[in-house]
Amino acid sequence: MSAIAEIETATVKSGFRLSEWVFTTDHKRIGILYLIGSMAAFLVAGLMALGIRIEQTAIGESGLINYFVLDFSRSISTGTAYNVALYFHGAAMILAFLIPGLTGFAANYLVPLMLGARDVAFPRINALSLWLFWAAIVVALLTFLVPDKPDVLWTGYPPYSITTPGNTALYVFTVHLIGFASILGAVNFLVTIIYMRAPGMGWNQMNMFVWTTFGAFMIQIVFVPVLAAAVTLLLFDKYLGTGFFDAARGGDPLLYQNLFWFYSHPAVYVIFLPAMGLLYEIVATQAKNPIFNYKAAVYGGIIGILVITGEVWVHHLYIAGMPDWLRIGMMVTTLLISVPVGLMVISLWGTLYKGAITYNIAMRYVVVCMFLILVGGLTGIPLAITSLNLHLSETSFVHAHFHFIMGLMATYSLFAAIYFWFPKMTGRSADDGIAKLAFWCNVLGTQLTFWPLFIIGVEGMPRRYWDYAMYPQFQPYHKVATIGALITAVGIVLMMAGWIHAAIRGRKTSTNPWKSRSLEWTNTESPPGPGNFPKPVQVGKDWTPYDYHR
Amino acid sequence: MRIWLGPAAGFIGTVSTNAALAEAAKETIINNPTTAWDHAWTEVLIDLFIIGGIFAAVAVYLLIRYRTRDPDAVGTAAPLNLEKALAWALVPAAIFMADDFLLSAKGWSLWNIQRTVPQNAMEVKVTAYQWYFEFDYGNGVTATDLVVPVGKPVVMRMTSNDVIHSFGLNEYRLKEDIVPGRITHLWFLPDRPRETDLICVEFCGNSHSEMTSKVKAVSKADFDAWMTKSLKKAEDRRHLKLAVSSETAPAQQ
Repeated sequence: MSAIAEIETATVKSGFRLSEWVFTTDHKRIGILYLIGSMAAFLVAGLMALGIRIEQTAIGESGLINYFVLDFSRSISTGTAYNVALYFHGAAMILAFLIPGLTGFAANYLVPLMLGARDVAFPRINALSLWLFWAAIVVALLTFLVPDKPDVLWTGYPPYSITTPGNTALYVFTVHLIGFASILGAVNFLVTIIYMRAPGMGWNQMNMFVWTTFGAFMIQIVFVPVLAAAVTLLLFDKYLGTGFFDAARGGDPLLYQNLFWFYSHPAVYVIFLPAMGLLYEIVATQAKNPIFNYKAAVYGGIIGILVITGEVWVHHLYIAGMPDWLRIGMMVTTLLISVPVGLMVISLWGTLYKGAITYNIAMRYVVVCMFLILVGGLTGIPLAITSLNLHLSETSFVHAHFHFIMGLMATYSLFAAIYFWFPKMTGRSADDGIAKLAFWCNVLGTQLTFWPLFIIGVEGMPRRYWDYAMYPQFQPYHKVATIGALITAVGIVLMMAGWIHAAIRGRKTSTNPWKSRSLEWTNTESPPGPGNFPKPVQVGKDWTPYDYHR
Repeated sequence: MRIWLGPAAGFIGTVSTNAALAEAAKETIINNPTTAWDHAWTEVLIDLFIIGGIFAAVAVYLLIRYRTRDPDAVGTAAPLNLEKALAWALVPAAIFMADDFLLSAKGWSLWNIQRTVPQNAMEVKVTAYQWYFEFDYGNGVTATDLVVPVGKPVVMRMTSNDVIHSFGLNEYRLKEDIVPGRITHLWFLPDRPRETDLICVEFCGNSHSEMTSKVKAVSKADFDAWMTKSLKKAEDRRHLKLAVSSETAPAQQ
């Protein structure tokens, strides 16, 4: 045991070597490589968002969107260029940023440390997941190089995705690669959480983030294969001439939508659960309180979501021509999601009660997230009600609703986590003036972008329209939204520059700057060496990661 | 003690607003899916503002009240005993569920209005193409804009010729997809003379944003005049076609 540790330490001391990162099986390095990949995807997908907003500022074509998708010769129309940008923005933000950011970076870096484990259960499979993810990023980026750029949105609905001249195969292969990475990651982390908890650590003593990761990976392992099947059938239909989704040959285009959303609604919880987990960790530490009603949040909240999440997908198909009884049945199940989510929210709020709250940059993002959850969650209620959805569906109200949860709340929880565990990863602090300035740009910019979209959404502004000549009255709202996007872009650039600067020259911090009681802070140095813990970790019967009162 | 004042105010607010709404509902007879939508939307919005308001107020209170500048201070919340833990799980769960079922019931009653096609409805067949709509009145008259008489319910029976489109009627608060291989339906009540936009709201490719038509709700007299004219035009076209084809000349459309 100690001999292995010595060898590992000796390897690290010899300085930076590229091969050590490329061939690494260390969960911490894999986590950081996931972070770099997902942030790269975030930047490119964010650039697409900026292009989309700029195109929508004015009625009629600006033509600028063609430059965003690297079509300098303007060989494709503005409409198609806009659709390519929409495709890349959606697919990359969900598949290559949010899911890998939360279940790749955060889970990899934190779960073994929080469990008191030396690594994940299958370190080499972990490395395979990572490089499959990077391969997916490369395939996704080919979008900009091929002449027949994919333009199928992140949903890829047939028959359009089959009849389009765009390259649907790139979409399918991106999903395949990310799907493989997700399934392998799910096996790895479920085994790690079940079998590699430190001696003495019971299920009810795990960090909330570990629990939420467990929930997210349970969803991945059950539902990802369905998505993989759906896009594979799509590939067969387009390139091998089969007719699974071709009504003229006995197929059914709605079959695809059902399969797609059977995965892709649960995917929302693959993102939401770990995001909530990160918020819990930061709130408990900054309020120096145990999690309020831990068991209700775990067994009512997380497990409750796991039970309900597979029975709600038709709310994405309320206007798709599904049978009436199914549209009503899944309205009720969808609304009932408010019960487990409500329990988690109450638990998060309650953790602040009688706390000793100190505010750092991570906590500021968490505070914003609390309000984002309210707006994003509550605006989901009219969308869940079938009859109200008949008007709201496919408008920018939907667009604003899920951006509040996924685009803002989940993204900010990841930003908060990066700031919060920055001292853990680098031994330095990223909480400085630049971070605060970036924070205000991000928060104000995104609010300016999405509130106008709620308002014109109820008025009927359709989603996925690059032009809106019939609704000139919406133009001022689009202008405000674009100004917001530009402010956000400044914030994001400042924030990332701040991270790079802080990683190299930031203020050095103590091992446990936030005075947390969780194992990753109390039982190892910052950053932790190979093998994570100098001494094997063992916890007592009444130990919890949140025992601030003792 | 102070922590309970917010929810209490919210509760009183709910009761009084609901009473006012119930009073208002008595006076209106709702059978138009469009006005019924607006009514339900207002009710749900009130519900959302109450829930959101309570949670936001509690959050603001907690975040300010328990703020400290002492980095060594720790929280003082007492651990929940079993009764309190159960109460904090079951009571909120019951309240959320009650609200869910209330909203479901409201949603379902609106749904019944939206999906119960009146017996006297006028039927129009819709075929969607990349990128336009075609309306077929069933008597030989076809059009690319939809002309309907005010006061008569109209039911659309819709199918697509190529990819999935959607029939979006913002001003009537309705939409339904148009799917190849299926016939979907949607009905609305043109309640007053006006010209509104029909837009495609299911992503259908390059010119998705330009796939629009007009819905012209006109008086009964105007509609009849339009229909007579269109019928005549259709008849002429048919005769012309017959004449042309009998001379075996190339088709001129």
